[in-house]
Amino acid sequence: MSDFFTKNMARNIYFGGSVFFILLFLGLTFDTSRKLPKRDFRENITEQVANGKLIWEENNCIGCHTLLGEGAYFAPELGNVYQRFGNSKEAIISFIKFRPPEGIPGRRSMPKFDLSDEELDDLAEFLIWTSEVNTENWPPNIQG
Amino acid sequence: MQYQSQAVAKPYFIAAIALFVVQIIFGLIMGLQYVIGDFLFPEIPFNVARMVHTNTLIIWILFGFMGASYFLVPEEAERELENPKLAIITFWVFLIAAGLTVIGYLAVPYATLAKITGNSLLPTMGREFLEQPTITKIGIVLVVLSFIYNVGMTVLKGRKTVVSVVLLTGLVGLAVFFLFAFYNPDNLILDKYYWWWVVHLWVEGVWELILGSILAFVLIKTTGVDREIIDKWLYVIIAMALITGIVGTGHHYYWIGTPAYWQWWGSIFSALEPLPFFFMTIFAFTMINKRRRNHPNKAVTLWAMGTAVLAFLGAGVWGFLHTLAPVNYYTHGTQITAAHGHMAFFGAYAMIVITIISYAMPILRGRGPANSNLSQVVEMWSFWLMSVAMVFITLFLTGAGILQVWLQRFDGAQPFMIVQDKIAIFYWMREAAGVVFLIGLILYIISFFVTGEDAPEAVETQ
Repeated sequence: MSDFFTKNMARNIYFGGSVFFILLFLGLTFDTSRKLPKRDFRENITEQVANGKLIWEENNCIGCHTLLGEGAYFAPELGNVYQRFGNSKEAIISFIKFRPPEGIPGRRSMPKFDLSDEELDDLAEFLIWTSEVNTENWPPNIQG
Repeated sequence: MQYQSQAVAKPYFIAAIALFVVQIIFGLIMGLQYVIGDFLFPEIPFNVARMVHTNTLIIWILFGFMGASYFLVPEEAERELENPKLAIITFWVFLIAAGLTVIGYLAVPYATLAKITGNSLLPTMGREFLEQPTITKIGIVLVVLSFIYNVGMTVLKGRKTVVSVVLLTGLVGLAVFFLFAFYNPDNLILDKYYWWWVVHLWVEGVWELILGSILAFVLIKTTGVDREIIDKWLYVIIAMALITGIVGTGHHYYWIGTPAYWQWWGSIFSALEPLPFFFMTIFAFTMINKRRRNHPNKAVTLWAMGTAVLAFLGAGVWGFLHTLAPVNYYTHGTQITAAHGHMAFFGAYAMIVITIISYAMPILRGRGPANSNLSQVVEMWSFWLMSVAMVFITLFLTGAGILQVWLQRFDGAQPFMIVQDKIAIFYWMREAAGVVFLIGLILYIISFFVTGEDAPEAVETQ
C-alpha cells in the first residue's frame, strides 16, 4: 500500500468502522426484538413447551438433527416434522418411543431415549410450537 | 527464547496437538457412521462422536491461542509474563476440565451428564458447540479471565505494539461474547439469535483479530519487513473483518423466525466477508516477497501462506457460495454448510495455530530458530497431506451437498434418509480423504521427533 494511505488512516477506519457497525447491529437487534413477538408467537410458549425445549437440549437432539436448519446433518430436519408427520402429535411421540435399543443393522438409527410419557408429550409440544414460527417459508418443501 | 516466561507456551502447544489428534479420530468415526450407520452403535452414537469432534476442536484452538499469546506477548511487550506460575496452574485446570468433559460425554448418556452436573439449575447444555456442562462453561470463563489478566497486565505494563493490542482486543472480545453462552431463554428463537453472538461473532468477528495478530507477528519475525508496514496491513484486515462481519451475522438470521430484512443486511454484508481474507492472502504473499532475510525455518513460511490461502478459500469463497439469501434458501442445513465449515476452520484457525507452533516450538525446545532440514521436510509433507486432504474433504462434501439440495429440495422432494443413501459415495470418498488427513497429522507429530543436522543460519538479503 502506498504512502498516501498511512497507518493512522487505517487505524481510524478500524476504530470508526467497528464502532459504527456495532451500533448499527445493536439498532437492528433492537428492532428485531420488537418485531419478534409477532413472528415467534411467544404467547404459545406454555410450561410444556419450555420443558420440551429442556428435554430437547438434555438429550442433545441437535447432535444429529437440524432445527430450523441449524444443527447436525446426520438426521432429518425437525422444524417441520409435525407437518411431515401429518400434523400428528402421536406420530412424533411413537416414533421416539419405539426405537430399537440396539439400532438397525448397517443403518443409522435414533438411540432409544429413556423418556416418560409426560416428557414425550412436552417434547412434541415444543416441536409443534417450533413448527408454527414464521420462518419466511423455510424449508423449501416438506422434506426439510 | 528471549524471555524465560515464554516457556509456559510449550505445554499449551502440546495439549493443543494432543486434542487435535482426538478431534481427527472422532471425525473419522463420524465419517464412518455416515456410511455404516450402526458403527459403534449404541456405545458411541453419532451425536456423542460429534460433540467430541467439535468440542475438542474448539478447546485445542483455544489452547493454541493461549500458547500463542504466552509466547508472543512477552516478546512484544519486552518484559517477562506477569505471572508464569498462574499460566501453568490455569493450563492444568483447563486441561483437566476439558479431559473430564470429554470423558463425561463418552462415559454416560448425555441426559445423565446433564443431571449429575445440575444443568436444570442453569440450563446451558444441548446447544450446538455449547454442549459442555454449565460447570465446564464456568470453568472456561475462569480460565479465560485468569489468562486475560496475565496477558493483559503484561501488555499494559510493557511496550504496547499494534500486534499485542489487537491480540488483546480479540481475546477480550472472545471472553465477552462467550458470556452469551449462559443466556438460554425458553424461547428458541431468542436462544438462536444470541447463540450466534457466541458462534458467529467468535469465528467471523473477534477470532479474526487474534488470527490477524498472530499472522502479523510471525511475518514480522520471519520476513524482517518493517513493522510499520505490517501494522498498517493488520489494521486494514481487521477493519474489514469487523465492518463486514458484525452485520454479516445477519446471514444466520434468514430462516430462524427473524424479520425478512435480515435477508438484505445479511446478504450484502456477508458477501463482503471474503474481503478481509483476500487481503490477508495478499498481505502474506507481499510480505514474504518483500522479505529482508531468509529465515531458516521454511516450514513456518509455508504454514503462514497456507493459512492465508485456505482461510480465503474456505471462509471466503466457500462462505460466499451459499451466503446470499436466495441461494441459502436451498442450501441451508445441508452438507454445503459442512463443506464450508471444514475448510474455513482448518484454513483459518487450525492452520494459524500450527503456524505459531511451527515458529515457536524449535525456539522453545532450544533448537535455535529452526528444526533440522530433515525435520522440516517431514513437517512440509504433513502440510501438503493435510491441506490437500482438506481440499478434497471440502470438494466431496460440496458434491454431496449439491446432490442433496437437488434430490431433497428440487427433484421430486425425496425424503432425507433416501437421499443420504443415494449420495453415500461422496461420504465414502470424504472418509478416504479423512484417512489421508490422519496420515498427514501422524507425519506432523513425527516431525517433532526427527533430528538431523542443524538448519542453516538466517541470511540477510539486503
